[in-house]
Amino acid sequence: MRHLMSPLDMSVSELERLFNLANDIEKNMQDYSEVCKGKKLATCFYEPSTRTRLSFEAAMLNLGGSVIGFSEASSSSAAKGESVSDTIRVISCYADICAMRHPKEGAPMVAASRSLIPVINAGDGGHQHPTQTLTDLLTIRSLNGTLNNFTIGLCGDLKFGRTVHSLIRALLRYTGIKFIFISPEELKVPDYITQELDDRNIEYKEVIKLDDVMPDLDILYMTRVQKERFFNEEDYIRLKDFYILTKEKMELAKENMLVLHPLPRVNEISVEVDDDKRAAYFRQAQYGVYVRMALIMTLLGLAPDVLDKEA
Amino acid sequence: MLNVGQIEEGFVFDHIKAGTSLDIYYKLGLDKKDCTVALIMNAKSEKMGKKDILKVEIDINSLNLDVLGFIDHNITVNVVHNGDIIEKKPLELPKQIVNVIKCKNPRCITSIEQELPHIFVLTDPDREIYRCKYCEEKADHRF
Repeated sequence: MRHLMSPLDMSVSELERLFNLANDIEKNMQDYSEVCKGKKLATCFYEPSTRTRLSFEAAMLNLGGSVIGFSEASSSSAAKGESVSDTIRVISCYADICAMRHPKEGAPMVAASRSLIPVINAGDGGHQHPTQTLTDLLTIRSLNGTLNNFTIGLCGDLKFGRTVHSLIRALLRYTGIKFIFISPEELKVPDYITQELDDRNIEYKEVIKLDDVMPDLDILYMTRVQKERFFNEEDYIRLKDFYILTKEKMELAKENMLVLHPLPRVNEISVEVDDDKRAAYFRQAQYGVYVRMALIMTLLGLAPDVLDKEA
Repeated sequence: MLNVGQIEEGFVFDHIKAGTSLDIYYKLGLDKKDCTVALIMNAKSEKMGKKDILKVEIDINSLNLDVLGFIDHNITVNVVHNGDIIEKKPLELPKQIVNVIKCKNPRCITSIEQELPHIFVLTDPDREIYRCKYCEEKADHRF
């Protein structure tokens, strides 16, 4: 039985199949409306995450399946002190597949080790959020045309942002990718990541100002810079505007650059940028549903062979 | 020269960093086994200045030595059978260690889940880095 704990759990060729399926769903949604008929997805969310939970639920409903679950620990047996291992054994009796969000890192892995049904990690603390990474990869592949040979700028909080770490590690498996890390000194990408890039001779640079590198980027991945991450207010006020994407900054960028963001956005992308054709973050949320549909089918062993279908 | 009597069957762990043999005694789980143990601390050593030595009278197949490789692979392991040293066992970094050290990440599932073993996996043999199997937190100490 397959689970998904980390985006690296799937090989590059398995991801290719997954993304081909997601792209076919995008084109022929109606063909998939009954694939999971009679199947149930359990969304076990021990902490609130409306966006991710609704994306999973929409994915299962689009496939003709149904959904059960809870959306916070207080409404589950965890409030009574039940372990994750016990909960998943019981959920295994009720559902066919489970998406689990948990504030404790590694909780979905513990669940997977005891589960009789496939478990998808829907975010575990600051650790992994693999379906966000799959969403990011599918968006880049679909809108950029390829997952190879481009320059990606990752901007904002690169120290604590798990989506950024996960995306970098997933992109390391492709070729010809240059990384530009744009962040304040306090929020630089961790050493273990730059170490890995050095070990593999992968080109990267670290800069403080977004303006300086805008013309070089094929993809700009924005994240939020939270005020509480700074050591002092003075630095925050001095630096915050460097990381707000505005219409003026967009004028410096290539005509076909893509702007991605895992959402929710607060103020790091001006609303005026939304109308720019290069702003891809809402399309990214749509790809999140397609990739979760493809993932649910794949883990349930219900994925049709898309290549056969095209032939 | 210090003499603590010979053992017939078991191990002599030599070149242990001075002052650490008692911890090794516990890490090897010797407190839970019915065996004779001699613990020599702060013995003089030409190579190390001071060192500890641990002698254990025990069936040589009954002890898992993986943990020693994790703690310090410079420890010399002499295997004794019928009163003679039959082998000097090289220590390697174990691929994983179970319940030897605890994950210190307060956000890790090991901090709340009942009876969950603390497992660390060797992720970078060149830099001798172990990470928690569940949350990938780096083991911040070897000993």
